[in-house]
Amino acid sequence: MEYLIGIQGRDFVLVSSDRVAASSIVAMKHDYDKMFKLSEKIMLLCVGEAGDTVQFAEYIQKNVQLYKMRNGYELSPSAAANFTRKNLAEYLRSRTPYHVNMLLAGCDEHEGPALYYMDYLAALAKAPFAAHGYGAFLTLSILDRYYKPDITREEAVELLKKCLQEIQKRFILNLPSFTVRIIDNNGVHDMEQISVSNL
Amino acid sequence: TQAFKKVIEINPYLLGTMSGSAADCVYWERMLAKQCRIYKLRNKKRISVSAASKLLANMVAEYRGMGLSMGTMVCGWDEKGPGLYYVDENGVRLSGSMFSTGSGYGYAYGVMDSGYKYDLTVKEAYNLAQRAIYHATHRDAYSGGTVNMYHMRENGWIKVSQEDVGDLHHRYAAEAQ
Repeated sequence: MEYLIGIQGRDFVLVSSDRVAASSIVAMKHDYDKMFKLSEKIMLLCVGEAGDTVQFAEYIQKNVQLYKMRNGYELSPSAAANFTRKNLAEYLRSRTPYHVNMLLAGCDEHEGPALYYMDYLAALAKAPFAAHGYGAFLTLSILDRYYKPDITREEAVELLKKCLQEIQKRFILNLPSFTVRIIDNNGVHDMEQISVSNL
Repeated sequence: TQAFKKVIEINPYLLGTMSGSAADCVYWERMLAKQCRIYKLRNKKRISVSAASKLLANMVAEYRGMGLSMGTMVCGWDEKGPGLYYVDENGVRLSGSMFSTGSGYGYAYGVMDSGYKYDLTVKEAYNLAQRAIYHATHRDAYSGGTVNMYHMRENGWIKVSQEDVGDLHHRYAAEAQ
């Protein structure tokens, strides 16, 4: 029901998520933000079981902030991704596993831009583009077809719009609007929301 | 007909609604009331609606998977103005301007959405709220009894009315004539 997508370019990562917070058949909110800012240059996009998403994501968020307070500098995106995965893996075989699917996107001065795909079984993969949700079945092939490693920001936004148009056209559930953010060496930047009207 | 109070008066500036398991709601919202009081004693100011709802969400999140059943709305007025949060047994916490919970929530959403605007007058809001609850009790087998209505204002809440749904039914039928 929920949708996450990330596209990495040469010096940026573009991420987008839908804005519906649903409970059974009802959409309780149409402006819900599924992205969590872990640090100045790292965003965690998190979907999955109700309650688990916010609880787990905020736990990771606070711990990443704690690292910064203790050590004076921020975790790199790869370190944050591995930390998140480790936690998820430890909870997986406990009495209270967290059923969450995530995309971690960040930009590092040394490593460059990075996009990590993580699922509820604590699998972690660094990828040039990734998506979660039923919408991923419809859009991953579009990303396969049109993505190139040196994609520019404008091209990435156009590619994102292609994906969201496909969701509007073929996905049975209504996802009317999407939050869009771009992460580069200068930090996280909010972009104009994409909704049915400006697709 | 029964009159069970599904709105708990936490303090003069905070209200909590109850749906799901009555036992869970009554217990956890009383625990929330306790935490809010302790907050006020320690910090010499009233707790914000955001913090109060977060306390409740975090309390029940610890009992994840243990079978709690609770769908509640925490409503209050703090320095940021009016606040409404939906909190449930899964640890979901959502801020918004309108929510409906309980077995008849879908029916209530239908009536509320068709009559809702952000700039409703107070009188219009009273009528819409009563209508939404009434229509939900009409269709949902598990809802009924009395409609307790509260209004959260800048200086605290007031209890607006307590009406039996049977009386509402006859009133609306008469109005339709």
